Amino acid sequence: MKAIRNFFEKTKPLVQKGAKYQWLHAVHDGFFTLFFVQKNTSKSGTHIHDFIDLKRTMGIVVLALIPALLFGMYNTGFQHYQAIGELESTGFFSVFFYGFLKVLPIIIVSYVVGLGIEFAFAQMRGHEINEGFLVSGILIPLVMPVNTPLWMIALATAFAVIFGKEVFGGTGMNVWNPALLARAFLFFAYPAQMSGDSVWVALGSSDKVVDGFSGATPMALAAAGHPEINVMDAFLGFIPGSIGETSALAILIGAVILIVTGIGSWKIMASTVAGGLFMGLLLNIFAVNPYMEMPFWHHLIIGGFAFGAVFMATDPVSAAQTNTGKWIYGFLIGVVAILIRVLNPAYPEGMMLAILLMNTFAPLIDYYVVEANIKRRLKRAKIAA
Amino acid sequence: MSEVIKLRKGLNIKLKGKAEMILDTAPMPEVYALKPTDFQGLTPKLSVKPGQEVKAGDPLFYHKYYPEILFTSPVGGTVTSVNRGERRKILEVLVQVNENAGYAEFTKADPLSLAPEKIREQLLQSGVWPFIRRRPYGTIARPDETPKAIFVSCFDTAPLAPDYEFILKGAEQTFQTGINALSKLTTGKVHLGIPADNASSIFQAVKNAEVHRFDGPHPAGNVGIQIHHISPVNKGEVVWTVNPQDVLFIGRLFETGRVDFSKTIALTGSEVTRPRYLKTRLGAVLTPLLEGNLNEGNLRVISGNVLTGQKVAPYNFLGFYDSQITVIPEGDEYEFMGWAAPGIDKFSASQTFLSTLFPKKEYRLNANLHGGERAFVLTGQYEKFLPMDILPVYLLKAILVNDIDKMERLGIYEVVEEDLALCEYACTSKIKVQEILRKGINVMMKELG
Repeated sequence: MKAIRNFFEKTKPLVQKGAKYQWLHAVHDGFFTLFFVQKNTSKSGTHIHDFIDLKRTMGIVVLALIPALLFGMYNTGFQHYQAIGELESTGFFSVFFYGFLKVLPIIIVSYVVGLGIEFAFAQMRGHEINEGFLVSGILIPLVMPVNTPLWMIALATAFAVIFGKEVFGGTGMNVWNPALLARAFLFFAYPAQMSGDSVWVALGSSDKVVDGFSGATPMALAAAGHPEINVMDAFLGFIPGSIGETSALAILIGAVILIVTGIGSWKIMASTVAGGLFMGLLLNIFAVNPYMEMPFWHHLIIGGFAFGAVFMATDPVSAAQTNTGKWIYGFLIGVVAILIRVLNPAYPEGMMLAILLMNTFAPLIDYYVVEANIKRRLKRAKIAA
Repeated sequence: MSEVIKLRKGLNIKLKGKAEMILDTAPMPEVYALKPTDFQGLTPKLSVKPGQEVKAGDPLFYHKYYPEILFTSPVGGTVTSVNRGERRKILEVLVQVNENAGYAEFTKADPLSLAPEKIREQLLQSGVWPFIRRRPYGTIARPDETPKAIFVSCFDTAPLAPDYEFILKGAEQTFQTGINALSKLTTGKVHLGIPADNASSIFQAVKNAEVHRFDGPHPAGNVGIQIHHISPVNKGEVVWTVNPQDVLFIGRLFETGRVDFSKTIALTGSEVTRPRYLKTRLGAVLTPLLEGNLNEGNLRVISGNVLTGQKVAPYNFLGFYDSQITVIPEGDEYEFMGWAAPGIDKFSASQTFLSTLFPKKEYRLNANLHGGERAFVLTGQYEKFLPMDILPVYLLKAILVNDIDKMERLGIYEVVEEDLALCEYACTSKIKVQEILRKGINVMMKELG
């Protein structure tokens, strides 16, 4: 411990401006602050500061994502062995390990590319490394289909970090959720590789699938007019889908962590679910096809609805920032997501687009909330006068 | 019994080192100082030279733009030096005490029988006027304005804050005289804020004032919060505020015809061996008060509380408006993987540390920032600690982009630094909230006067 500190303290002068290894400044600073909370003390304002910082905040979110990640790994193996008909004969750990090996490279690529760009920008701009990508780096793999080629992951991550975040000024300044932007980028840039029924289940070229296997997600089936789902499987997550989105249970555990620690906004989660249920109910009432007749609450456990509501919509930077705004923002995400899902034939999943759309409108929602506050103050002044 | 105003937002930070209810007499310091830096927006002009003899109540310096506002010596003695900083800015005017130097004489009279102009004049000449501050901006009240109301918050909810019931016990009559004087200066009322849970409060019996009861965590005791809920400051309106102990200075001035700036302060904080109340005087040098009372280590001595106080070197002086000294560890040490620790002993406003399971525990907190400064990332955090209908983040952003119109419309007239101090404490991004807010207020004063 002491040795690490000495190393960092000794090398610090070497990476300062004008020194030999100046170009390593951001990297040095990034790792030094990761290992050690710095000794800086308050210079102005309050003398004591809360122990929480952005590292811990992001750490909590990563922690909340772990259940979904672990289940996603297991499910990758599960879907694979189910497809080739060897599920019964394969042990739990083999199933998990298969998925682990499939998912790990995606995570590594996402982190290496994303953090590399973060470090480069921090160095160029001369500010500290922002922790935002710690979360984005794991969100990106979790919203991808498992068969996405690694070069696409790299490309999408680069696009999301550069055009989704850094051009706006880094963490805290972005308009859209970077992870969703990565997903949307691939969705529109490589539609052939990113949709259909073959991307969701990891299969080697030599694997023989069992009869009747389709690999389609419940969403695709529902859109095709077969909205019958096994509720228990969908809730637990034993269905095809993006890596981290399938298990409502694992996501629920994450939601509990976020809400208990106060890191994720329960207002947004609750209102998103309320919006989804409201729209689902409305569609049930005016149903003219089997998808519209699907029980409204099934929407919560299929596709990316739960994952989006808990981990994507709640991204504090791209969400509405006022308390009132959060209710409106979340509710509209739920409504729009289900609307796109059921009524738009082109896109089987509506959550991604709904969140990106409401990200765009979040500042507008906040604008009206702020205006209302201003109006209250003006009215008060008039009454007093 | 007045109605209770319930406030739900806020936070009580539980620190170790609360002052025991014991009043000790510390050795009376030899040196006193007035610090022009204690006053927002003041450009001081000296009235004395080093070596000059002064009586208690003789002016040391005055306000450049309102020359009738005088700052007078708390004791009689000799002006020893004028300490200056960069660009010859006056930092301190020091007076060496001489108990035989005598007092400047003022009118001894019942303020209720005096004309308001006479009261103003006496407060100005005696140097008691600067204890009256105005809202908006938290600067010294202007002699040419009449406030719509005057507010005194009779309790302090800040960490380890002194108990004014204890300090003012026995001085009820003087307090009443002070309130009487204040009641002649406003077209409206004098409002007192007291805690809801204290039914036997000595302030209940105060006449010529309206008592309001507040229930809730810090910052419920901040006068700004109380103003917001009783009679908020709209554009063009002015209210005045006075600290409860400073009301005594006003009372004594009219009761004795002299200035008497003796006050009781709370010596608090985890690094004080015996936290208790001490009798001293305005502007006292702190060394004799602290000597033999502190733990070993690298310490930070604060005049005021940990949220809004000023860091003072050991050889320094009690702040003009402060009734409290807090001593905490400096905490300039590295902490290995500190951000990932479970944190049983890390008090936090968030629920991300295990300490959240022990709500009753008291903590020894240091001045470390516990993280690097970042852009605004989390939202909804500040709102939890400001019991006002104000959107703090939007107000701060308006200040950062220097949008005067927006600042005004988002309520900058209603807040001063202490009201947003908890936001700064709790901020994940370690944003310097109070510094930003004061910058905004300075811009407003410069542009709009």
